[in-house]
Amino acid sequence: MSEKPPPEIADIMRVSSHREVYEPCDDSFALVDALLADQTNLLNHNPNLCMEIGCGSGYVITSLILLLKPKLPNNNVHYLATDTNPLAARVTTETLEAHGVEADVICTDIASCLETRLAGSVDVIVVNPPYVPTPEYEVGMEGIASAWAGGENGRSVIDRMLPVVDRLLSEKGWFYLVTLTSNYPSEICLMMRKRGYAWRIMVQRSTEEENLVILKFWRDRDEESLEKEASSSASFASEFSRSLSSFMEKQQR
Amino acid sequence: MRLITHNMLSCNIKGVANGFPLKIEAESVIEKEVDFNPDFLRHMFAKIEWKALVEAARSLGYSELPEDSPAAAAEDESLLKKLHHALLELHLEEGALVCPETGRRFPVTRGIPNMLLHEDEV
Ligand SMILES: C[S@@+](CC[C@H](N)C(=O)[O-])C[C@H]1O[C@@H](n2cnc3c(N)ncnc32)[C@H](O)[C@@H]1O
Repeated sequence: MSEKPPPEIADIMRVSSHREVYEPCDDSFALVDALLADQTNLLNHNPNLCMEIGCGSGYVITSLILLLKPKLPNNNVHYLATDTNPLAARVTTETLEAHGVEADVICTDIASCLETRLAGSVDVIVVNPPYVPTPEYEVGMEGIASAWAGGENGRSVIDRMLPVVDRLLSEKGWFYLVTLTSNYPSEICLMMRKRGYAWRIMVQRSTEEENLVILKFWRDRDEESLEKEASSSASFASEFSRSLSSFMEKQQR
Repeated sequence: MRLITHNMLSCNIKGVANGFPLKIEAESVIEKEVDFNPDFLRHMFAKIEWKALVEAARSLGYSELPEDSPAAAAEDESLLKKLHHALLELHLEEGALVCPETGRRFPVTRGIPNMLLHEDEV
């Protein structure tokens, strides 16, 4: 039997760059690894509309298109990518072009200009947000700082994104999010739980500088369990850390 | 930017009630061929605002779409082909999108609409 060809993702040599645009880094790779780990599910999910918020170099959205492509050619899915940094938007179009794939790129805050028309329509949203804890005034500054500056606990932009994502996701929609343990991901999961989402840890990775946790959310309208779980944030936090440690144990094996 | 995306965009300046559809001022339009996929078009047809699409296509120089939303689009292959061309093959490269209510212009450069708002607009 012939060996399975390696999964196709964006080729780092063909990712365009600019000194004011975030370069693919451990967080970007971890997010793409989460998408790869979920590739079979994503193909069965059969999305029509996928979006990346904060596309930076375009490494992630290009990888998403490529890893769905074998079963879902580019003309089966509409892809959108947004970024507040006009240079990032441009670099993303260059990266897409270098890989021969299509997505429309828009310069906008989160998904501001898409929210009205796309409410309840997006099947997959991927986000690697600015998550580094910084002084609040650094958030949203012009240039490269806005790529990482996340304000208090690194949550300023993330917390603004959650309601938007909730509004955009279709009934079957999935949401992949990069977080650090210092963002208090259990709180993020609880906030999403209160909006009716279940969650799962897709990837956990510790680098020299950061402890990355990639989360996946999907709607789970089990009202009863929702109320029970949301009742105490303390028990929720311990449930989260249990999940995280069992995930790390599994990884070590 | 293709017209499928234009059909999803609105101007959300604070206080604007009718920020859709954005008028197109086209300076440069290109065409790129895409393989025809009727299933995708049938799915998208439900989400498309027809009048906005007809108008947008016309501003890019394509006037083949019927004025009124066709009732039986799903079975009409020749119509689906036109829809395919309008939605997926025409790219607005340079120009602007104009808010129908305020007249605010959003530039489109190298195919990328800049929809960022000024501080006093949010
Ligand atoms: C950590 S970088 C991730 C870039 C790329 N997705 C990756 O994984 O390599 C975060 C990106 O989000 C963008 N960004 C920051 N604030 C944003 C906002 N409010 N709306 C949209 N994008 C934003 C930044 O410009 C930057 O490109």
